[in-house]
Amino acid sequence: MTTIAELPPGFADKVLSAQSTFRSVMDAMARPGSVQRIVPMAGTAGPMMRGTAAIALTLFDHDTPLWLDAGMSESADVLKWLKFHTGAPVVQDSSIAAFALIGDGAALPSLERFALGTNEYPDRSTTLIVQVDSLDAGRSFELRGPGINGVATLQASIKPLDLFERLRMNEALFPRGIDVVLVADDAVVAIPRTTRVVNKGS
Amino acid sequence: MNAPAYNFAYLDEQTKRMIRRAILKAIAIPGYQVPFASREMPMPYGWGTGGVQVTAAILGPADVLKVIDQGSDDTTNAISIRKFFAKTAGVATTTATDEATVIQTRHRIPETALHANQVLVYQVPIPEPLRFLEPRETETRRMHALAEYGLMHVKLYEDIARFGHIATAYAYPVKVNARYVMDPSPTPKFDNPKMDNSPALQLFGAGREKRIYAIPPYTKVVSLDFEDHPFEPYRFNAPCALCGAENSYLDEIVTDDKGSRMFVCSDTDYCEGRQAAGHHGSLSAAPYKEKAPSHG
Repeated sequence: MTTIAELPPGFADKVLSAQSTFRSVMDAMARPGSVQRIVPMAGTAGPMMRGTAAIALTLFDHDTPLWLDAGMSESADVLKWLKFHTGAPVVQDSSIAAFALIGDGAALPSLERFALGTNEYPDRSTTLIVQVDSLDAGRSFELRGPGINGVATLQASIKPLDLFERLRMNEALFPRGIDVVLVADDAVVAIPRTTRVVNKGS
Repeated sequence: MNAPAYNFAYLDEQTKRMIRRAILKAIAIPGYQVPFASREMPMPYGWGTGGVQVTAAILGPADVLKVIDQGSDDTTNAISIRKFFAKTAGVATTTATDEATVIQTRHRIPETALHANQVLVYQVPIPEPLRFLEPRETETRRMHALAEYGLMHVKLYEDIARFGHIATAYAYPVKVNARYVMDPSPTPKFDNPKMDNSPALQLFGAGREKRIYAIPPYTKVVSLDFEDHPFEPYRFNAPCALCGAENSYLDEIVTDDKGSRMFVCSDTDYCEGRQAAGHHGSLSAAPYKEKAPSHG
């Protein structure tokens, strides 16, 4: 049983750490496929990676319902840490979540179960934060879309293996859709709903 | 006495989180206006409260801030916003376009080409391009949802029917990433082509109307037009009277009550840079010379 005093800490400097983390995430979202680094570090709980913890401290609060996958929600440490540091309500219904924390991508539920937004309010969608094994080694993916000058190449080891096939639904849904932030330790790559995977090698 | 203490960059952290989430959504859906809970700022609406909130949410201690108002670094609005952030965030400020990492602008895009490490933040008065055609928010929202933009083309057509050409000279509507029609804020249409495929991220903040929208880098931005009336950027047919530039956007300055006028670059930093590099226009002052000391 962890008491509040034993919880892993948040940012040492809340204000500037959140700003620096946000700029990394913003740059990642604005330039899909580019690997951005999260510099400020906070304590992490359970299966959370350093980058995930920093993003949580930067973007989550009482206005953002959270959905956690099994690995995250089974960890009492994660629940306590999120509750103490962010105050974000954890919800069981993934279709009303503003963010979803996916510790183990292999168990990612069907994307239709998350909020996709509406045609009038496409912004009311769930942003997935998916922890992956690596964002600098593995299969290579070629990405196109806004934010990319021609083609961007991403080398990553991602679960689920068919993540990009599943994200192809964004094409037909647009402007509705799912935005994904991939995290591997302190590395972050964003795949907004406008990004298309055009080719992938081995 | 306690000195008034503000959080870094004025806004509280909860507000910044809310704005940051809106910015991420805006980037993910290029051209879509994301509603946000705009705060009251210590300046009146119309002075750039939307742009200021966006800038406050992204600004960090390592940033170098430039603020322009109609291309000028030296007007009241630009100076007061620049000082506001110098005071509340302690950031370095500059007037040189290529040294800035964050540029907040009211209605101009700098003449100097932007680069990938820059963010351009626009102050927007009316974010909804369809608002003057359809006053009801419920209707314009439906029109965006259905990508039903016929009304905008009718408006441009009426320009042609009345004036023989598309007379819209500023806030000229654009289509972003082949989906959303967007108001580029009241920039002169001369600047529209600079939005297309820009290496810099472009963020738009409307404080009174509570909307944030964005154009990611390298995104297609097309000015609406017709095959037989293609989009044409407008520029006074004259060189800058101070630096001689032939391709910059010009301000017309009336110099007396007899109809005399001069044209000068609206972008003051660009104009000063050119003058410093030795370019001269028809009305440049002669270089100042020390008088030879008189002996006698």
